[in-house]
This record gives sequence, structure tokens and C-alpha cells, in this order.
Amino acid sequence: MDQLRKEEKIIEIVNVSKVFDETTAVENVSFYVRKGEFITFLGPSGCGKTTTLRMIAGFDIPTSGKILLNGKDITDLPPNKRPVNTVFQRYALFPHYNIYDNIAFGLKLKKVPVTYMNDKGEMYTKMQKLTRREIDEKVKNALAVVDLEGFEKRSVSTLSGGQQQRVAIARAIVNEPEILLLDEPLGALDLKMRKEMQIELKEMHRRLGITFIYVTHDQEEALTMSDTIVVMKDGCIQQIGTPTDIYNEPANAFVADFIGDSNILNGTMVDKLTVRFCNRNFACVDDFDKNEKVDVVVRPEDIEMCPPEQGMLVGRVIGVVFKGVHYEITAMVGRSEVVIQSTQSRKAGEIIGMNIAPDSIHIMKKDLLSNVYDGYITKRNTVCFGDGEFECDVTTLYPGSHLDEEGYLITADGQKLDLTDTDVTVEVGLTDIEISDNAEEGGARGHIVSLIYKGDHYQYIVRTEENEEDFVFDSEDLWNENDYVSVKIRPENIKLRLKAGENR
Amino acid sequence: MVKRILSVLICALVLLFIYAPILLLVVYSFTESHVIGRWEGFSFELYAQLFRDAEIMQILFNTVWLALAAAGLSTILGTAGAIGIFYSRRRVAKPLQAMSQIPVINAEIVTAISLALLFSMLFLYRTYFSLIVGHMVLCTPFVVLSVLPKLKQMDSNTYEAALDLGASPSQALFRVVIPQIFSGIVSGFMLSITLSLDDYIVTAFTKPPMFDTISTYVYNAVKNGTNSSTPALRALSALIFIVMIAVLLIVNLRARKGAKERRA
Repeated sequence: MDQLRKEEKIIEIVNVSKVFDETTAVENVSFYVRKGEFITFLGPSGCGKTTTLRMIAGFDIPTSGKILLNGKDITDLPPNKRPVNTVFQRYALFPHYNIYDNIAFGLKLKKVPVTYMNDKGEMYTKMQKLTRREIDEKVKNALAVVDLEGFEKRSVSTLSGGQQQRVAIARAIVNEPEILLLDEPLGALDLKMRKEMQIELKEMHRRLGITFIYVTHDQEEALTMSDTIVVMKDGCIQQIGTPTDIYNEPANAFVADFIGDSNILNGTMVDKLTVRFCNRNFACVDDFDKNEKVDVVVRPEDIEMCPPEQGMLVGRVIGVVFKGVHYEITAMVGRSEVVIQSTQSRKAGEIIGMNIAPDSIHIMKKDLLSNVYDGYITKRNTVCFGDGEFECDVTTLYPGSHLDEEGYLITADGQKLDLTDTDVTVEVGLTDIEISDNAEEGGARGHIVSLIYKGDHYQYIVRTEENEEDFVFDSEDLWNENDYVSVKIRPENIKLRLKAGENR
Repeated sequence: MVKRILSVLICALVLLFIYAPILLLVVYSFTESHVIGRWEGFSFELYAQLFRDAEIMQILFNTVWLALAAAGLSTILGTAGAIGIFYSRRRVAKPLQAMSQIPVINAEIVTAISLALLFSMLFLYRTYFSLIVGHMVLCTPFVVLSVLPKLKQMDSNTYEAALDLGASPSQALFRVVIPQIFSGIVSGFMLSITLSLDDYIVTAFTKPPMFDTISTYVYNAVKNGTNSSTPALRALSALIFIVMIAVLLIVNLRARKGAKERRA
């Protein structure tokens, strides 16, 4: 019976998008939350997790899509009419009230149906405010839940951050909401306090039995507390699953990199249930097409060290770091770097063997094999795309053509063409992009918004400011996130194609 | 040592220079002489005259009544305006805020003439309506100016928190936003009162013909270069000065007490 009740959907988000002044914060997101569940939105800042939460609370109205609560459409319902309460990131306590009045704020506004019997013995119900005594009782209970008994008369400014956080939680749960929303509630606390509060929140969830929707960028927090995790990036859901699913079966390289430590390596499927990486074939449990290029994820704790002659892989230790419970050992296998976590230590320079069990190898489809842009040819026979202008070879558009002295294109059959403003599709391979510190050097400029280590190289995304165009590329050099760089592409690596219908 | 004496001396001289005229006025309000400069013995006669003079009492009442009405209305309008600006999108808020401050930098005479023109077009020239609106134009920008910083200091999530806890937007405004910006509203109101009390230019251009405030009355009385006609005005001015000093002291003391409480 309990299991059945748990399957009820309390909140359902259907194709919701939110656009702020032309930037899309949330893009076509759909998911549901089961009654009594502890669900966490996890992602880096700016991934749309807080916006999604604010739409459930009613502070933001979706640009499109629907939000259903217990099957009823609440998309346009104002926040004060929703049976939902929020714990804000920076508490948002009312500084002009004492603790009692802060917690009683919602109770004093609330009207509840009370059933009376009149003289004739008929029952009737009336909406009325809670009595002073009822409010006192509830505030007292709420303070007991958050371990702040006797704080009623204190003013907000006399409390520490952790205590203010507890008051914020008490203020929300005292209203007995169907859903409690928590927007990075532990973000402002120090590490030790955060760990304590994590356990307390989880315990509170168990005791109160209400649905918790939690937002955080801390993957460890999400893994510790949640029943379900929704991983988000750039306004889109990357994966929904239990903490174990997300950890063991990440849907793509982003999730694998964001959740926990991982080795992400380039591989190729060489046979049914066999993948080749680091110059060796491994049995695996994921089925992909033969010869498909894939990303291979191996968690550091899933690599077993052994004597070199017994290992599937052999490598040289280049670094050892003591992490308390385990050692983190970095080894070079060919040109790839592999990170191993083990309770045994090794010395730098030592040759070690490594074994990986088939079910520890997780294989993911490659996200992207090349960059594709819409562009156009300029007067100077260069090409504009991705918020930049690049040198290119326009004669590749027409086989056998050449340029005359004035810059007109002469086709193989002698036709003279002015290519200015011709729309083209531009394709650039992942290994054909270089970046430079010197903003003048390249064709386009932007910030590094993402880097993922893939064994022997990093995969970077450089995003331009103007139209947020992305350049995805692989490089062995190390750059930092948020570096401002310019993008260089050699003319021969820019593959141009005329757009369909533009072929004159 | 010499340096210290010098610095104190210069300070004293500057203060003396600033306050000498007012001091002179206060001193000569205690003698019956018709012109300042001749001392005819100490007396409270001018003060007695002042309170016997029904016309001056009426004018005093007019001035206070006008100041309270204009300041009250400006405070409501300016607070609403500041809240509106604060919760607007940035693209709208910036120009709105700049525009609301134009009357502050605009020459008062220009404001006054424009008001006179506008109201004569509307056939409301020299009515109580034009007078109060004129004073509101003067005061409202200062209310906006003193309320906006308080809004910016406020945690903007508190309004949302109130909605979240079941308050309607107006309940959230009156129970959560207004209490947090109340000190700004009060100082805006006080500022408006002082502005309205001593305003001459706008009042002169918008007042009904038979209506006078202290400023317009005093100006008319001394227009001819003497103040001989009503020496009681000296007593009035001295009283206004003392009241102002008292108000200033109270406000400052309250602010200091508030700061001390916050620190504790």
C-alpha cells in the first residue's frame, strides 16, 4: 500500500521552457516528482535548476509548457495560492520580526475549515483563522523540529548563519506544505555545519513524510541525500535517476565528469560487447554498433592494481596523493593518464599493472564529432560564423574553380561568381581548433565554459559573448575555466558546403 | 600646539560667520526696536505681538497645514514610485529613476513657471490644487531618493518569502516591505516638510491670491527694503530657527540611538 502511494505523481512538469530577455534559462524540460520523494536538481551555476524551482514555487511563470500539481494545472497560480513552501538560499528571514513572528507569519494568514454543529444538530464548516493557542503550539513544535527551543523572543540579527537557516526551515515546514522547496539551503554554511545539516535534513524528510525538492551544485550533497537526482546543464535535463544509477551509468561525458571522479577515455567498439581503448580490447556489458567511436568511463575506485605481468594495462605511476581514506594514484598508460583510488600506496616511478572488470566499464555515445555552424562569405572571400571571421578557401565550394585577381570566383566551366553574402554550412573538426591568449590572433573570441579531462587530452567548450556560439575542441594543453581566449582555425580545416537551395 | 589652536580658531570663525546673521536676529528679537541695530532694552514684547497678531497666526497655520498635506501626499507618491522603480526590469528602472530626479537638478524658477503655465491652461491656476501639486513636484523626488537605498539594502527575497508563506501581494507589501523601508519613508517625509516649509518660488507662482505662507508673507513685508512694518517677524524667525534646531537634534539623537542598537 505504501509503495502504491509513493508512485503517485505530486508534481508534473510538461515541456516547460523559460526565456528571460532572449536568454533561455530552461529549455523544454519534462519530468515528474513522486509523492514523498527527495528529489535534487543538480548542475553547475546557470544550468536552470533554480529557475525550475522558482517556477514550481510560482515566482516565475513558464514561457511555455505546463506545471501540474496532483494532476491540476497550476502553471499560472500565484505563489500564495500554492501548497508549497520555500527555503531560500540566503534565508530571507524578516529582520523586523523576532523568531516567533517569523515562524508564525504564514500561520497568522492561514484560514482553515472548522466544522461546527448548530442547534438543530446540523454540521456546517466555516473558514476561520487559527487561534492564538494553535499558533503557539505549532511554532513550538516547529522550533523543536529544528532544535531551537526557547528562541521565540530572539531577534534575527542575533542568530548565527546555521541558526538562521534552521529558522528558515521551521518557517516553511510550520505551514505543513505538500512540497518543500530548498534552494541551495546549505550553500552559505561551513563544511562541518553543512554535513550535519545534510543528515538532519534527510532525517527531517523521513519524519515529516513530505516531498522535498532540493537544488544544489554540490554533487556529494546530491548523492548523500536524494532518492532521485535530476542532472541539468544549459537549461536541459542530462539525466534523471537514482544516485546509484547516475553514478554507475552516467548518460554522457558531462554527467560522468560532474558526478564524482572519473577517467573518461576515447574508445572504439571493435566487436560485440568489446571495446578498445589504451591499445587493448576489453570485454564490456554495454552494446554499441561495431566501429562506433565512444567515450569510456571508468571510476577510479574500479581499477584494481596488480603486478605488471598480470595486468590488462601496464603503466608508470607519476603521482600519489594521500586523501585520508584512500590514495589517489595517477599512472601514465601509453599517452593516457589514468587515475586510480586504492587503499594501497604505490611509489612514483613504479611500474604497475591494472585490471578492470567488464561491469566497471561504462560506455557512452560520443556527444559530438564535429562543430557545425551557419555562416556566410564576406566581400574579402573570408567566412563569418560563430561570431567571428575566418580565412578560408572558397574554391572548395565549387570543384575545379579558381579566383581571379579581383576576387571573383571562376568556376570550372568559366562562370564568374560573386560569392559575397552566400550562405554556407561550416564544419570544423574537434581537433582542428586551436586557442590563444592573444585576442587579436584568432577569428572569434570567447570564454572557456567547460573542460572535461579525457585521459590524454581535454575537451573544451569556448563560448562567444555575442550570440553564445560554442566551439568544441580537443586539446592536450591545459587552460582554465573562464579564460578569455581567441579561436584559431587553419583555412584548410574549415570545410565549407553551399546551403541547399543556394546553389546558383 | 599652535597648530591645534589655529585649527580650533578657524573652525570657530567659520561657524561664527555662518551663524552671526541668525544670532543677530535672535538677539534683536528680544527688543522692541523697529530696526535692527538699535537696542531698546530687553523685552518679550515682539513675542507677545506675534501671538496676538491674528494674521500671522493664520499664516503660520497655512504654512504648517500646507507642509503636512504636501509632505504626506509626496511621501505616499514617492514611496510608491520608489517601489515601482525597484521592482521594474533594469532596462525600464534606470531611465525611470533618472527621470524622477530631474526636478531636483532643474532650476526651481523653471519648475515654477512651467507649473504656472500648465495650471493656467487647465484653468486651475492659483488654486489650492495647483499649490499642493506644486509642492508635491518639489518634494516627491526627495522621497524617492531616500526610499530607494533602503529598498536596495533589503533582501529582495523577503517579499517572495512572504508570498510563499501565503501573503497576498498587498499583505506582503505592508507587512514585509514597508516595515523594512520605514526609516527611509520617515526621512523622506521629514525632508519634504522642511522643503515645503521654506519654499518661496513655487509657492509664489501657484498660491491662491489671498493665501500666504510665511515665506511669501515675509517676502512681501520686507520687499520695500525695511522690516519696520512688522518687527514681530523677527520673533517668528527666531522661533522657527529654534524649532528647526530642536527637530534636527531629535533626528540626530534618534539616528545615533538606532545605530547603537544595531551594533549591540
